[in-house]
Amino acid sequence: MALDTVANAAATPDFELPFAQLGLKEDEYAKIREILGRRPTGSELAMYSVMWSEHCSYKSSKVHLKQFGEKAVKSDALLVGIGENAGVVDIGQGYAVTFKAESHNHPSFVEPYQGAATGIGGIVRDILTMGARPIAVMDPLRFGAADAPDTRRVLPGVVAGIGGYGNCLGLPNIGGEIVFDETYAGNPLVNALCVGVMRHEDIKLAQAHGAGNLVVLYGAKTGGDGIGGASILASETFNTAKPTKRPAVQVGDPFAEKVLIECSLEIFAEDLVVGIQDLGAAGISCATTELASAGTGGMNVQLEKVPLRDPSLSPEEILMSESQERMCAIVEPSKLARFMAICKKWDVTATVIGEVTSGDRLHITHNGELIVDVPPRTVAHDGPVLTRPMARPEYLDSLTPTSLAPIESAADIKAAVLKLMSAPNIADKSWVTKQFDHYVQGNTILSQPEDSGMIRIDEKTHLGIAISTDANARWSYLDPYNGVKLALLESCRNIATSGAKPLAITNCLNFGSPEDPGVMWTFAETVRGLADICLEMGLPVTGGNVSFYNQTGKVAILPTPVVGVLGVIEDVRTRSAMSFKEAGLELFQLGNADDNFSGSEWAHLHGQMGDRAPTPDVDHETRLVKVLLAGQKYFAAAHDISNGGLAATLSEMVIKSGIGATISIPGEVVPGGLTGALFAETPGRVVIAVKTDNVAAVERIATDLNIPMHTLGVTGGDALVINGASIPLAELSAAYTETFPRLFG
Amino acid sequence: MPKIIVEVMLKPEILDPQGQAVAAALPRLGFTFAQSVRQGKRFEIEVAGEPTPAMLADAERAAEEFLANTVIESFVVKVEQ
Repeated sequence: MALDTVANAAATPDFELPFAQLGLKEDEYAKIREILGRRPTGSELAMYSVMWSEHCSYKSSKVHLKQFGEKAVKSDALLVGIGENAGVVDIGQGYAVTFKAESHNHPSFVEPYQGAATGIGGIVRDILTMGARPIAVMDPLRFGAADAPDTRRVLPGVVAGIGGYGNCLGLPNIGGEIVFDETYAGNPLVNALCVGVMRHEDIKLAQAHGAGNLVVLYGAKTGGDGIGGASILASETFNTAKPTKRPAVQVGDPFAEKVLIECSLEIFAEDLVVGIQDLGAAGISCATTELASAGTGGMNVQLEKVPLRDPSLSPEEILMSESQERMCAIVEPSKLARFMAICKKWDVTATVIGEVTSGDRLHITHNGELIVDVPPRTVAHDGPVLTRPMARPEYLDSLTPTSLAPIESAADIKAAVLKLMSAPNIADKSWVTKQFDHYVQGNTILSQPEDSGMIRIDEKTHLGIAISTDANARWSYLDPYNGVKLALLESCRNIATSGAKPLAITNCLNFGSPEDPGVMWTFAETVRGLADICLEMGLPVTGGNVSFYNQTGKVAILPTPVVGVLGVIEDVRTRSAMSFKEAGLELFQLGNADDNFSGSEWAHLHGQMGDRAPTPDVDHETRLVKVLLAGQKYFAAAHDISNGGLAATLSEMVIKSGIGATISIPGEVVPGGLTGALFAETPGRVVIAVKTDNVAAVERIATDLNIPMHTLGVTGGDALVINGASIPLAELSAAYTETFPRLFG
Repeated sequence: MPKIIVEVMLKPEILDPQGQAVAAALPRLGFTFAQSVRQGKRFEIEVAGEPTPAMLADAERAAEEFLANTVIESFVVKVEQ
């Protein structure tokens, strides 16, 4: 059979389409038939199947995610909220910032380099689509055990892919995370965050308004990338002569994307588009239905006009292709010539493929034959909504408290610190981060391994932004509701430690299979926790991403809700770095430690998980943020205490600085004794270094805001000395830096 | 001396930015004969004596597991005199 037209579909109602192979359930297929009043054509089925997939429709998560709307914070800073390609936040001085994180987990497992590279490409186009110039990226990453053979395949490929694509785009990579855990074997998490900046008046939206306006596809040609699913339709039912099954992997071209960015920004600057959408998952299917349903509703598209890289593509495949580096714009006819001229200048292929109509249906023709006739909203927004069964997982009832031997002698302290600092989750990540360009564009103020990444926005006023991404999957495993709250609080603390004020958040929620009631319960608790904490902290949620099915057989990943917090700093010259630059400074800990080791790296190194996440103390954290911001001008350095506890924080500070420190911790002041003080990961703590002259001023701020401030010691010497245990810097630094080259070099 | 040759190409449906760049450069340099270009890589492997069927089988396996990324690339193994 040749082309499956609408007329053909109406005439052959009983023709069997392979909807199950495309991932559609029987009731979903029935609903499509009901919407259309006939069987769908192959092309229509391709569109519905991909747009109604979990990835595009959020069918399992929608019922939970609506809490972000119900519990929304009233914020004047939020210029564009959830639902667009990315949220937009007002940072003052007429600037607007847009940021978003997305997952590219599965593609990065299949083909690490291209999977990670196209993950960067996709999120950068999302930011560009809002009208912003992308200015930085970050990558929260999770891998299986550091010494597992497959990690040696996946990690170097992912890192090279991120570096290869991001560096070619000229975008600094200013941070992220790398965490190892057995559950990520087979399910690595490759999340990518991009941030962009624009003037308020430059915000663009994905809408197709105005009958007669033209639909223009520009950028790379369309090939057979990422259409493994659609090829079932094309090759197995309609045209048995098809040669190969199409690959599910997309290959990106960063130089094409760089040109696309500059070309688009020039088009935006001349105000030549009514609406704009990038082509990501679901390609043309997604772009046309989303643009149309957000606009007046009607659109005609002539599919044969789509420029093809591979002329053998069927209409179904063209609709589903996930070829990279493509954009779709809605352009008024009077502005088309100028639009085309700019594309020509940048050597970007641009083609009018259709027009906006006054109707309410999306009509797609192929060489004059009608192959798609649908209400676009039914494809883009009216997908299935599932209320999946949930059940509190049984493992939560069999958690056991940690049982860890106390550390007392000087030899014990030294051995413990060296062991901790060489652990893959704590050890120096510069083997990875040095493959990324941090300083391109010349506006990077802080990047890895600082607490947050910081970028200067305005060279004259020194206005800047800071971003931190955090997730504590072990705490989310122990207590999903509080785990995500703790992640958000840590992220805020990281922002404030650098001297910026938290302003808005985004998220990327990575979970196992939603068909597992335990996973679904964990997800629901996480969303509830995140919505609640954002309300409590007064931070608007600008958008987010959900990645399900990160699961191999019965083993799901640890619940990994990555939270990204955006902060603003009036003058980047006042920021605090994580490390001090001179001897003789006084070191203090803000906040108290306790004796809960659950979920800590110290417990993990002893093969233990523990039984309870810490209790988030929003009041304390809010006051701590205020102390950090008010005290910032007095700090010679400030560094958050999180993974690895105080021992890791102090070690990172002295290693970075090259100047040692002498620390004295009276064991009895902490419930967990010296071990708790050094290795517990009690949240709400920061180490600060202060000149003696400024100590009184800092103490006053801390006292006023009722934040405990404990003397730790002084900087100086060439060793980290803790309660008499002397660890030479050279030895500490070697333990810290040798792990990654040994594993991956 | 005969050699084992392994030729690795991106699969036809996979984007080839390098080949595209070459194709774009050719007419700029006055070469107008080319319609499209795809770029791959070639391994010339010397062995002691005539390549045996066992060696070719090994080369096939090496190509599958190491020389080619079979997620996005295809390869051919042959003997060249």
